[in-house]
Amino acid sequence: MVPLTWYLLVGAALFCIGVFGVLARRNAVAILMGVELMLNAVNINLVAFWRYLAPTVATGQAFALFVLSVAAAEAAVGLALIISIYRHRQSVNVEQIDLLKW
Amino acid sequence: MTAQQFFFLLFSFVTLIAALRVVTAGNLFHAALWLIATLAGVAALFVLLEAGLLAAVQVLLYIGAISILIIFAVMLTRGVADPREKRLNSWSGLGAVAAIVMMIILAQVIGTFPWGGSALAEAPADSIATLGKALVDPAQFVLPFEVISVLLLVALIGSVYVARARGEGE
Repeated sequence: MVPLTWYLLVGAALFCIGVFGVLARRNAVAILMGVELMLNAVNINLVAFWRYLAPTVATGQAFALFVLSVAAAEAAVGLALIISIYRHRQSVNVEQIDLLKW
Repeated sequence: MTAQQFFFLLFSFVTLIAALRVVTAGNLFHAALWLIATLAGVAALFVLLEAGLLAAVQVLLYIGAISILIIFAVMLTRGVADPREKRLNSWSGLGAVAAIVMMIILAQVIGTFPWGGSALAEAPADSIATLGKALVDPAQFVLPFEVISVLLLVALIGSVYVARARGEGE
C-alpha cells in the first residue's frame, strides 16, 4: 500500500517545481505553465486526502473539480492577456514588460 | 514492493521529470509538450487514487483543452528574431533557492505531521454517483457548481474580447 505521505511529497515536489518555473522564466507563457504545474500539485493533494481520509464524502473530488475549472478559466484569460500584450509590444519577455501605461 | 507501489513510483517519477523539463526547456513548444506529459502523469496518479472521473476530466480538460490553448499562445507569440533566447530571467538563482527551501520545509512538515489515513478504507464503489449527487445537492455543492458556469462564461467572453484583433490601439 502506498502511504499518504508519498502522495503529499509528490504534490509538494510538483508545487516547488512550479514555483521555480514562475520565478525563473522569462517568457510569460512559460510562467503560466508553472502556474498550471502548481494547480496540478494542489489537485494531487486534494484527491489524496479524499482517498485516504474521507473516501465516502465527495468533498475532495468536488474541490479538485472546481480547482480544475478555475484553472481553465484563468489559463484562458491569462493567455488572452499575453496575446494582447504581444500585439502591442511584439515581445512577451517579462523583463521588458515592466511599466504601466503613463 | 507491491505492484501499486511500483506503479506509483513509476508515474510520479515520470511526472516530476517531465515537470522539470517544462521549467527548463529552451524551446517553448517542447515545454508545452513536456507539460502534456506531466498532466498525463498526474492523470495516472488519479487513476491510482481510484478517482476515475477526475482522471478522465484531467485528460479531457487539461490535456485536451488547456494544453492546446497554451500551444496556440506559444505559436501566436513567437518572437520574430530569437534564435535561442535565454530562458531564465535574472532572478532564477533566488528562485531556485526559494523552491528548494520550500521543498525542504514542506518535506519536514509532511514527514512529521500525524496525518492519519494509515488504515486505508475501501473506496466506495459508487464514488462517481456520490460526486454527481453532491454537485447538485442544495446542501452541498450546487451553488459553486452554478457559479462555476457563470465564471467560465465570463472567462470565455473576457478572453475573446481581450485577445481580439484591433484596428488601432486603444
